[in-house]
Amino acid sequence: MSTFQSARSIAASVSTGESSAVDVVSQHLARIEEREEEVHAFNLVLHDEALQSAERVDERIAAGEQVGPLAGVPIALKDNLCTRGIPTTCSSNILDGWRPPYDATVVSRLADAGAVFVGKTNLDEFAMGSSTENSAFGPTRNPLDTSRVPGGSSGGSAAAVAAGFSAMSLGSDTGGSIRQPAALCGVVGVKPTYGAVSRLGLIAFASSLDQIGPFTHDVADAALLLECMAGHDPGDSTSIPKPFPSLSESLDRGVAGLRIGRIVDLPSGADADVVASVDRAFEVLADAGAEIIDVTIPAFTYGLTAYYLIAPAEASSNLARYDGVRFGSRVEAADTNSMYMATRGEGFGPEVKRRIMLGTYALSAGYYDAFYGKALKVRRLMAQDFATAYESVDALVTPASPSVAFPFGSKTSDPLAMYLCDSYTIPSNLIGHPAMSVPFGAGENDLPVGVQVLAPAMGEPTMFAVAAELERSAGGNHV
Amino acid sequence: MSDSATWTHEGFEMVVGLEVHVELATETKLFSGSPNRFGDDPNTNIDPVSLGLPGALPVLNRQAVELAMRIGLALNCTVQSCTFARKNYFYPDMPKAYQISQYDRPLNIDGHLEIADGIVIGVERAHLEEDTGKSTHIGGSGRIHGSEGSLIDFNRAGVPLVEIVSRPDIRTPEQARQYVNELRAILVEIGASDARMEEGSMRVDANVSVRRPGEEFGTRCEIKNVNSVRSLGRAIDYEARRQVALISDGEVIQQETRHWDEGDGRTYTLRTKEDADDYRYFPDPDLVPLDPGDEWINTVRSQLPMLPAARRARLAEVTGQAVDSEAIATVVERRQDDYVVAVAEIGGGAERVLVHVKEAFSEQGSEPSVPAADLAALVTMEVGGELTSTQTKTLLGDLVEQGGGDPKAMAAARGFEAMDTSELDGFVDDAIAADPDAWAKFCAGDGKAMGALVGHVMKASRGQADGKAVTAILNSRKG
Repeated sequence: MSTFQSARSIAASVSTGESSAVDVVSQHLARIEEREEEVHAFNLVLHDEALQSAERVDERIAAGEQVGPLAGVPIALKDNLCTRGIPTTCSSNILDGWRPPYDATVVSRLADAGAVFVGKTNLDEFAMGSSTENSAFGPTRNPLDTSRVPGGSSGGSAAAVAAGFSAMSLGSDTGGSIRQPAALCGVVGVKPTYGAVSRLGLIAFASSLDQIGPFTHDVADAALLLECMAGHDPGDSTSIPKPFPSLSESLDRGVAGLRIGRIVDLPSGADADVVASVDRAFEVLADAGAEIIDVTIPAFTYGLTAYYLIAPAEASSNLARYDGVRFGSRVEAADTNSMYMATRGEGFGPEVKRRIMLGTYALSAGYYDAFYGKALKVRRLMAQDFATAYESVDALVTPASPSVAFPFGSKTSDPLAMYLCDSYTIPSNLIGHPAMSVPFGAGENDLPVGVQVLAPAMGEPTMFAVAAELERSAGGNHV
Repeated sequence: MSDSATWTHEGFEMVVGLEVHVELATETKLFSGSPNRFGDDPNTNIDPVSLGLPGALPVLNRQAVELAMRIGLALNCTVQSCTFARKNYFYPDMPKAYQISQYDRPLNIDGHLEIADGIVIGVERAHLEEDTGKSTHIGGSGRIHGSEGSLIDFNRAGVPLVEIVSRPDIRTPEQARQYVNELRAILVEIGASDARMEEGSMRVDANVSVRRPGEEFGTRCEIKNVNSVRSLGRAIDYEARRQVALISDGEVIQQETRHWDEGDGRTYTLRTKEDADDYRYFPDPDLVPLDPGDEWINTVRSQLPMLPAARRARLAEVTGQAVDSEAIATVVERRQDDYVVAVAEIGGGAERVLVHVKEAFSEQGSEPSVPAADLAALVTMEVGGELTSTQTKTLLGDLVEQGGGDPKAMAAARGFEAMDTSELDGFVDDAIAADPDAWAKFCAGDGKAMGALVGHVMKASRGQADGKAVTAILNSRKG
């Protein structure tokens, strides 16, 4: 369990002038200085920019201005979020040299709330992976045990919070890319309801599944960060045109009277330590007054298969724009087609190529109905099964990851073993529901286990109430 | 060979369907706020969406939807809830390497357009999609292959298009021309597009096949690069004959895309079916389904102006002319029919008004500079015998020059008083005396000789004599 200061307490002390944003940011930069070489959480540390932003925050506070709920809070951004004038790479060589001419909506919203950005974090190339080993710039190491992966694809963002490089960070979650690394690094990670957070300026992997979400030291910080970035954005057509519900009241609500589901036909494969932690979580929730109810979700088990058709299909189209014509790297060749092939051949890594090929195949004439079309049917079936379950429960609890952090190289030679890391997280993406991982218990080598809490669309208040209860019983709430 | 009613060649008929792309006359692009304007400096009307930059997201333009609905309603289509799909293919001027279009759920379906002789051409669909950028190939052939380099202007990328797909109901080149002309007139009338083929705001591709009447459809070829209505007739005539010749030689038509070469007057293979792209259409996850709803559809329908066919019918009824006469077509095409009707309502003779407007107002817009009341007064004088047709034309010229005026005062100013018969008799006496040969021939029954005598009278009277009255006097003298 991390021992760093929460974002709430940073913002409170900076806002009252008790501490300066420059001091806070300097402390975090010092920790980066100390351990970044070992951890490699960042593709780019925004050292000078962060100090300048912090100075501006301090000046505004000195001038008596209200800076916002994240005043002076150091935040790390996954390097697939566009930052104006600052390189944004997706940990891919193909975006070499590109600087976005605009900020992602979430980046602007956090800046408006007083946040200070300390760096762009490493990821599996284009967010495709579960270990951050697929980065073109080398892997990120788990700060809790540097012989092990931090999870992925938002491994850099999870590691940045776990190592105290930033008080919070943003990741993106397409099939578990926030929740799984959060579990492996012992921090809180949330995938919000699809459409709750604007995707404008998030470099797309699979547009119907991608959602931006927070990594934090504790549940209350996650609620704060999500409240700061959620809400309708007319620039994203899939953004929900309704106000996002308040979460702060949910944190102390407890779980008395809540019906919490245990999925009896959940796919097997989780380590015994993980299963034991989840069992313990149910006990704790029952003790706190929740009713634990067994439910079945038959389609759960088909999630992985459907996901590995839908996500690559969308990716094959989303990543087609990296053609060397307008931005990023270009490998010159005799004619246009050769230039495309050389650019993409050199610019993309092997996992990205594998998924582009999978997706192209799944959408091809003659195969569409058998693959992509069928995956869409599974997706509908999944939504129906969850809807049925939510007739009798308010939230569900499962493992976030089947295992604790695993050693480097242990799954790289077997893509299917790597894909299985997302068995428990994928269904929430397919149906657009929120889910979050909260540290609860420990496994092998005392490494953290993440318990996943799931809720129906826009059910974040309930989800946060359950997560806060688990956190309280694990003794993990921060000051 | 060919006229409007028939086209047959060695016992074959042609079967033609047209795909017409029109650029919508919106303020901004289909999915972004950049101006939709032709002729600006290259790459000035661009933005992250137009360039397909990473992280950019499309937001649908309401005005484009409304104009597309107008087109659908003007073509008697059913307007329905619809979805957007991605059409995936690589080309340098296609920024995202996919075009956002509509596939299995287009906005407008099942319409029709009536051309001359009551022939009805079915409209299968009229869907919304975005335009590409524009490539200019330097050096070599001017085509991408073999050129030294290419320049791309993305001003056009993302401009809204409606693709109007006819059913294969066209059987002659003349019908194809009539369909396109009528379609263009409708598009201009409803303000959906300026529909200029020469500027590329209207582009026509033709699907051509041949068959013996009553047989199944033959294999079709798609003809591209048809840049005028005249070329369209030539291209499909050429293509149908080419196919008939192949079949007569015992060969089989291959489905392919062919390029019309205006200079050579023939089509060439552009790509065969084997080379055709597999577009891998799938629903665009960045956009949500569009349901216009009855209220919006009814509002748009109620705001549609009178369409060209109805305008021609009205003008024909008002003037007593045939609905397919040239004068009716010309005046409606110039959108001066409202003016003719307005003048005719005030008074005068509708038929003469039509003739004068067609002949004297070719340089004028839809609202000629001569007040309707002035033209009505002029025509009333003409029809009442106060002015000869020559005098009327002269005064109409004065009215145009002065932007209106009182025709009676203008006639007086020019000395256009009606002559009495005694004065005319004198001129006729002079004419017979001046040209006794002509008089002798005229009396012997040579009608042509009358022209010379009338000419004398006109010259002597400086054009003020009424030709009809002179003829009557000559005939009565002949006895």
